[in-house]
Amino acid sequence: MNQASSTDRIERSILINAPAERVWRALSNAQEFGTWFGCRLEGQQFAPGQRARGPITIAGYEHIVFDALIERVEPPKLLSYRWHPYAVDPAVDYSKEEATTVTFTLQSTDSNATLLTVVESGFDKVPAHRRVEAFHMNSKGWEGQMRNIERYVSQ
Amino acid sequence: MSASKSRSAASLAPEKLASVFAALGDPTRLKLVAVLCAGGAFSIAQLTSGTEISRQAVTKHLQVLADAGVVGDIKRGRERLWQLAPDAIEDARQALELIGQEWERRLDRLKTFAENMP
Repeated sequence: MNQASSTDRIERSILINAPAERVWRALSNAQEFGTWFGCRLEGQQFAPGQRARGPITIAGYEHIVFDALIERVEPPKLLSYRWHPYAVDPAVDYSKEEATTVTFTLQSTDSNATLLTVVESGFDKVPAHRRVEAFHMNSKGWEGQMRNIERYVSQ
Repeated sequence: MSASKSRSAASLAPEKLASVFAALGDPTRLKLVAVLCAGGAFSIAQLTSGTEISRQAVTKHLQVLADAGVVGDIKRGRERLWQLAPDAIEDARQALELIGQEWERRLDRLKTFAENMP
């Protein structure tokens, strides 16, 4: 809602027809998290101050590693971690760069469903050139950009 | 003049856009932009290493790109570094929009997972 901070955070919500306890398990159990997120976290634990790492399992992104520092684990209401949002180049050490914070909050509804909200914040501290990188990464690099230009000029 | 044009393209006046395309319409400059697309700021020495292009020529090409607003330079000590210079805020918004879309896909998968797996 706040335009002034619209470059610093992302907020998305979804209504899940399952009790908060079920959603909490899908979030806080590392292996279950990995199942829907798309990374391999078998045998790991989400605990405050601990790191969780595992390769992405989504086709085309297998060279990327999910790497998060767990911050808050407050069942069945809140889970948060810090990570590097565009850490896609295996050759780059991102540890010295600013991380963003991902916070999941759960809210039970009257109908035994759960409103899940995810907020990722701290983007304003991410260096501008890394945002550009993310932008190009997301549009599949320069080839994607060229296709965008092509599409635009052929309109 | 459809309203469905992407925001970044819509934010550029036609004359401005033409100068961007003109700036990109050169193999050397396109190569420079492709290198800068990898992200980060580069010195002239970095941009010319491994190529046969002279520093002078690269500087001239970068100036053309800078005039079109495609790249910008920053000074670090005595060194001048070059990087891509799209509209910073607009670019950030677009990047966030894409990341937001990624979160929407993840939340959809989480919903399916939590609703179907006991």
